[in-house]
Order: sequence, then structure tokens, then C-alpha cells
Amino acid sequence: MSTATEHAHDDHHHHMPTGIKRWIFTTNHKDIGTLYLWFAFIMFLVGGAMAMVIRAELFQPGLQIVEPNFFNQMTTVHGLIMVFGAVMPAFTGLANWLVPMMIGAPDMALPRMNNWSFWILPFAFIILLASLFMEGGGPAFGWTFYAPLSTTYSGDSTALFVFSVHIMGISSIMGAINVIVTIWNMRAPGMTWMKMPLFVWTWLITAFLLIAVMPVLAGAVTMVLTDKFFGTSFFDAAGGGDPVMFQHIFWFFGHPEVYIMILPAFGIISQIVPTFSRKKLFGYASMVYATTSIALLSFIVWAHHMFTTGMPVAAELFFMIATMLISVPTGVKVFNWVATMWRGSLTFEVPMLFALAFIVLFTIGGLSGLMLAITPVDFQYHDTYFVVAHFHYVLVSGAVFSIMAAVYYWLPKWTGKMFDVTLAKWHFWCSLISVNVLFFPMHFIGLAGMPRRIPDYALQFADFNKWISIGGFAFGLSQLIFLAVVIKACRKQGEPVSDQVWEGAEGLEWEIPSPAPYHTFETPPVVK
Amino acid sequence: MKNTLYGVLGSLLSVTAFADSGAQKDQYQLNLSKGVTDISGQVYDLHMLMFYICVAIALVVFGVMFYAMYFHRKSRGAKPAHFHESVKVEIAWTVVPFIILIFMAVPAAKTLIAMEDSSKADVTVLVTGSQWKWHYKYMDRDLSYYSLLATQPEQIQNKFAKGENYLLEVDRPLVIPTGKKVRFLITSDDVIHSWWVPDFAVKKDANPGFINEAWTRVDQPGIYRGQCAELCGKDHGFMPVVVIAKDPAEYEAWVSEQEAIQRKAKEEEQKLLAMNMSMEELMSVGERVYNTSCAACHMPNGEGLPGVFPALKGSDMALNDMPAHIDIVVNGKSGTAMQAFGKQLSLKELAAVITYERNAWGNNTGDTVQAKDVNAVMNGQ
Ligand code: HEM
Ligand SMILES: [Cu+2]
Repeated sequence: MSTATEHAHDDHHHHMPTGIKRWIFTTNHKDIGTLYLWFAFIMFLVGGAMAMVIRAELFQPGLQIVEPNFFNQMTTVHGLIMVFGAVMPAFTGLANWLVPMMIGAPDMALPRMNNWSFWILPFAFIILLASLFMEGGGPAFGWTFYAPLSTTYSGDSTALFVFSVHIMGISSIMGAINVIVTIWNMRAPGMTWMKMPLFVWTWLITAFLLIAVMPVLAGAVTMVLTDKFFGTSFFDAAGGGDPVMFQHIFWFFGHPEVYIMILPAFGIISQIVPTFSRKKLFGYASMVYATTSIALLSFIVWAHHMFTTGMPVAAELFFMIATMLISVPTGVKVFNWVATMWRGSLTFEVPMLFALAFIVLFTIGGLSGLMLAITPVDFQYHDTYFVVAHFHYVLVSGAVFSIMAAVYYWLPKWTGKMFDVTLAKWHFWCSLISVNVLFFPMHFIGLAGMPRRIPDYALQFADFNKWISIGGFAFGLSQLIFLAVVIKACRKQGEPVSDQVWEGAEGLEWEIPSPAPYHTFETPPVVK
Repeated sequence: MKNTLYGVLGSLLSVTAFADSGAQKDQYQLNLSKGVTDISGQVYDLHMLMFYICVAIALVVFGVMFYAMYFHRKSRGAKPAHFHESVKVEIAWTVVPFIILIFMAVPAAKTLIAMEDSSKADVTVLVTGSQWKWHYKYMDRDLSYYSLLATQPEQIQNKFAKGENYLLEVDRPLVIPTGKKVRFLITSDDVIHSWWVPDFAVKKDANPGFINEAWTRVDQPGIYRGQCAELCGKDHGFMPVVVIAKDPAEYEAWVSEQEAIQRKAKEEEQKLLAMNMSMEELMSVGERVYNTSCAACHMPNGEGLPGVFPALKGSDMALNDMPAHIDIVVNGKSGTAMQAFGKQLSLKELAAVITYERNAWGNNTGDTVQAKDVNAVMNGQ
């Protein structure tokens, strides 16, 4: 630790430790951003491998490859890894790289906490993954870990699950505090609130959501722990508890959580679309207000995940209407992006391709969300593949596509070289086609009545499942192209780029040299 | 591109809407089924209303977007305009969606209120989920039974060809009368399950310790199939729901017949108490009972799932402690997945399955357990 402390002080003399020590002790926002992004990518591949197991089992009716109990572990750990290991750390990585560069700050406000918030993450996931090798296997109760399946009826690995979620939560909270303090205190002179780039705005609001709900998740897992191991009955009716209360607590975290995974994506798309339209973002102020109202509304819609639990009609009506309301500000966002493109001067570089795919596919996911909000129809959709289709459209072709768009957009700034455009285009088109083969037919089998989280299914679902699995394998393989592009870029292959990189790019990060030097904005720029 | 996709999809869906009037499920069903009740029809109409509104919104948004992508390309010489806000437009596209939402919410609320009114029912059935089967109890009659998956394990393991109703068939379906309001009281003995019959548009969670209500009124006689919809552990995918709707006279005849059968079985039980069954008979009945009621957890080879479900093969209880063995099978073990089979199986079946567990897979204790031994434990002796 002492080395880290010293170097935090005399960073600007540039005797950085080299090799592995550089990465372990680093307090530099760019290094930490890189660590987060690589970690997220590795987790994306690990979680993806589990998805391949799931799709291989579902390729045909009957049990072929895995036992039902292991299948449940795969769906559970796949979900946990993708949410907490891939999407959230990737956004945190982007925030680390970009927030200081966008607001003209030299680094994050709390650099040593920044190091800590990253370095506890690998331990959380090692614990979670190791639990799969315990006797009895890892968690098998779904990423939503409903009690009493996760309490009385779960295996001993639940203790490890709880511990690892606690670590993930602490990491997220520390990351969020850092983002808020940085944005609040370290903006360059002249960078007023309403001049902040939208990525910064959306991350600021996301950070508040994180601080509000991660403790709720921590509470939920703690109650699961004590119910299972220490004889409490929070969720056990026999002791005066209520299993449905678990779901209220979980979704009070869970719904804001889904917005935690999409607001930064909105920010990214709001940066990319104006650049490649060569036109200012349409409705900047309404974007900020829409983001804020989405964040506020996200606290009063949680029970739309629980319509079938038997709530009073009045509650069902309330949550139906609140959920429908959320689609208004969400719609405003989409309309603003389209209006930004309208009468612009459009080009279709790789980041823009991903951004456009995001707009279309996220909208499809948003519209199926609107259908799901209608309580009487949700009774039919709930816990079927229709819901699986919905959230993969918003999370994979939404959040994940936005992350890829962001990586392609800022990668040349990070490395100073243009990535391999041909390979990147291959990556885009393969991903675009396969993601739809993978997730679109899920709408059909969901409507036709296939429940989610089952290892085997009735014969009428066989054909679509085959296509879905083929789409899944293709999507999985396509991500190896991405890996190749990124590795080439990290080896600094490719044409050198200008400081602005993209014609039409605006903002402080495009005014510093490419590649971005290790220390930027040591004296703050003045924003006019 | 996407918008034409949605267009094609729209027409596909409306074609199947006509084609899907038959009860037979087809391989390429794309859409929700209309179902067989007034409510399920309303739900279907709401679904289609929502679907068409969503398609319309998508067509407009993607239409404008693709227009811009084509006509406002730099390569076509487009010069960027300078506007970046418009209060009028922004208010319009906040208010218009709002109005559309009202159009959706009003009919949805009406249907919802009708769905949740389970008062004035003609018949009431208590539906209890447990890992991994359903139990039905006719509240105003003397009839109750378990309903288990009837698909052979060999079909699931791909050893036999799969039947037409693979995974959607049970040994004893629920029977309800047509034209009557049937109320379901839904609860669970262990984890949360969810009782779902798509054709009735009924899906309600079975929460342990609480009772939920739902109802239906089916007009056409027929067989309706559904599944458990809430992840409930290892065999969540293997607990289907099958409901047969019969016209009231047939229903009445069926219930009376079943009541008589259950009454007679109870009398037989009493006679059994004075008799001793042979080892062969106990083992053959025991094996059948074991495979339907116990093998899901303790596995057909008695080895259990290490760390999840204990092995019976070579276990101390199955080899030595007979009273404890009978007790755990009859009364279950609270706080675990081990259910109380005393209320699920007959005395004969209990005696047989315990005998089987004490002699199969090399356990070879040579013990036989008789109905009267089980009865003694049941009566707390
Ligand atoms: C217009 C916006 C949206 C609406 C109206 C909406 C509505 C809903 C509803 C009603 C459900 C519950 C369905 C059910 O279980 O029966 C649901 C599930 C879900 N939504 Fe959304 N949603 C929207 C956007 C999003 C976004 C942006 C995300 C994430 C980026 C998201 C992620 C999810 C997830 C993960 C689930 C399923 C959780 C689970 O059960 O495992 N949704 N959505
Ligand atoms: Cu939600």
C-alpha cells in the first residue's frame, strides 16, 4: 500500500511501477478504466459460455447435456455474471475513462478508493464461480433468488452467493460515490451543469440510483442469509414472515437496477448520434429532464414484476399505470435521437452502426415492455420466454450494444490508432443478424406458452428453439471477432488518428492528444 | 428494414389468429391463443390492441429514422441543419403518447377488475403446489388427489420416442364443469409455484402460507394444458397442469364416482391393517411408488444428489433405524424439501416404498414394513 500512497503523491514525476504492480497499485483513472473494461469483457465471455451451455441443452427437447439442477445453476450464474460482472463494470470502466476527460478533471476525486472498488470485484466473482464446484453446486434459484427457494430449499453455497453479492454491492457503491464526487467538485471552470455532456449527466443520475438501491439489495441478501442459517423468518410464513415481501424488497432494488443498466447507455448514444450526424443533439434539456424523470419513476414501478403474486386490484392498477408512464420519457429519448439525425449529414462508421442498431432494437424492447405493463395481459406473458425476449432486447441489443458502440467510439482516443475497421464491421453485422435470430423468436415461443427457466420443453416449441440456439451460438462466436479487434488495438496496430478522431466529434476529450496521455487536464481547461 | 419486419410479422400474426381456432397446438404457433373463456378472449383482444399500437409506433419512428438515414446521408451531399430544439414538437411528443396510454389503460383496467372478481363461485377447488406436483381438493366435496407428470422418464432421457403431449400430460387431471364459475384457491406446501392454464388466462402464484384466488368459466368441453410458471427448483420444468372441462352432468357423475372410489379405498386400508403382505408384493409396489414419488430427489439409483438431496443407498436410517425411517416418510422433515408423504400415499404404498428403500440397491436389510407399522406411526404410537 505504501508504494501506492507514494505514487499517488508523486505521480507527475512518472516513476510508475511497471508490470503487474502498475495495475495492482494504480490510482490512475485511465488504468482503472482499462481494468474494469477488461474484467467486464472476461466476465462477458464467461457468462456467455454459460449461455452456450443453456442453449445447447435447449437445442432439442429432452435432456441431453446437463442435469436440471446444473441447468438451474447455469441460468442463475449466467444472469448474475452478466448483470453484475459484465454490464455494470463495463459502464463503470467507461465512466472512469471518460468522466474526468469530459469534464476537464485530472482524475477521479477519490483515486485510492477507485483502486479498491475495482480490486475487490475479481474476488466477488471468484467466490461466486468457485461455489459452482461445491458439493451440491452453486446457486440454482435464479438471479432473482426468490425466497423460500433461496432460503429453506437452497444448498449451502447460498452463503457464498450472499458474500459475493455483498462485495459486488460495496464495489458499486464506492464506484458511484466516486462518480458523484468527481462530477460535483471537479468540473473545469465554465463547465456548468447544463453544459455537461449527456454521458456525464446520465452517469451522475445512475450513481444516485446505485447509492439508493444497492443497500436494499444488501439487505435482501442478508435476510436470506439469516433466514437460511440463523433461524430468522423474514420470508417464512410459519414464523410470521412473508415470501412475497422478499419480492417487494428485491424488485425495489431490481427495477431501478434495470435503469442503472440503461441510463449510461442513453448517455453513450446521445454522444455518438450527434457526432455522426454532424449536428447538435436535439433537445439537450429535455434529455436531462427525461433521464431524471425515468430515474424517479423507476422507484414506483417495482411491482410490475409481481402482478401474479396476488396483489390487491388497486395496487395492480397503480403499478400498471406508473409503468406505462415510464414509456413517455423513454419515448422522448428515442424521438430526440431521431430528430438529431433528421436533416443531419450522416455517415455510418462502426460506432454509429451500433448506435443505430441500439435505437431500433432498444425501441423494440421498450415496446414489448409497454405490452408487459398491461396487467391483465402480463398474466399471460409473465415468466414466459416473452419476458426473456423483452429483457434481452433492452439488455443485449440495448446495453451491451451501447457498450460496444462506446468502445469503438473512444478506442482510437485511448490507443491513438484506428482499430481494424473491416473486422469491426464483420463484428457488427454478425452480431446484428445473430442477435435477432437469437432473441426475436423468443417472442413467439413465449406467446405460444413456453415458460422460462426450464431445461426441457413440449414438442411444439422445438423448431423455434433450434433456431434460437443457432442464433445463440452465432452471437457467441461473433464476440470472438470483437476480442480480436480489441487485442489488435491494444497492440497499437493500425493507422494513427488525429486528436479529434471523428469529423464532427465535439467535447473536451477530443481536444487532448491521441492517444490520451497518462495524465490529462493537470491544469483545468476553460470551457466557454 | 426492421419496420418491414414488423409489417410482415403483423400479417403473420393475424393469419395465425384465424388459423388458431382449433384446440390443437401447432408447431409454428406465433401468437397468444384466444383461449376458451370470455376473459381469455378479452385478454387476447387487449394483447392484439397493444400489439398493433406498438407496431404503428414502431413504423412511424423507424420510418422517420430510415428516411433520414437514406436521404440525409453525407454521401448524398446532405448539409447539416442547425436546429436543436423545438418546444412545440417536444411538447407534442410528450402529450400524444400520454393520450395513447389512456386508450390502453381504460380497457385494461376493465378486464383486470373483471378478472379479479372471484365472488359467487359455483365450485371451489383448492390447488396446492409442492415440489413437483399439484394437489387438487374439491372444497364442497369429499374428493382430493395429487396430479403428477405422466411422461415416462425414458422419453425425457431420449430412450423412447416422445409422445404427442410430451411434458404436458399428468396421471390425474383436474376436472371442472363447463358453464359454471369455478374458483381456485391457490397455495403451496414448500416453495413458490405458479398455476397457469393459458387457455383460461389464469396464472396465479402459489405462495406457501398464503392463499391466492383466481377463477374461470369454461364454455367448451375439452382438455386444457398448462405448466408451472415460477421457478420452483430442480424439476420446475416437469410439473404440468392439465384440466378437463366436462359438461355438468358428466362432471357430477365423475365426481360421485371418484368419491365412491376414494371411500372404498379407505375401507380397504382398514382391512389391510390385519394382513401381512409378502416381500415380493411390497417390493414391486414399492418400486413403482419410489419411482413416481421419491426418485425425483433421491434419484432412481438411491444415491441422491450430493449436497442437495441425501442418498438412501447405504444410509444409516435406511439400514438401521426403522422407526425414524417410517417417521420421516410419513411426516416429512420440516425446513427441508422432504415432504410428508403420509397424506399423499396410501398405507399400503407407504409400507411398500419403505420396504423397497430398505432392500433395494444393496441395502438388503431383509426388513418388511407392513401397513399396520405405518399406521402406528401415523397415530403417534
Ligand atoms: C419502456 C420501458 C420498459 C417497460 C415499460 C418495462 C416493463 C417491464 C415489465 C412489466 C416487466 C415484467 C414482466 C414480467 O415479469 O411479467 C419487465 C421485465 C424486465 N425488464 Fe423491463 N421494461 C422497460 C424497459 C426495460 C429496460 C430499459 C430494461 C433494462 C435495461 C429492462 C429490463 C428488464 C428485465 C431484466 C426484466 C426481467 C427481470 C426478470 O424477471 O428476471 N426493462 N419489464
Ligand atoms: Cu421493471
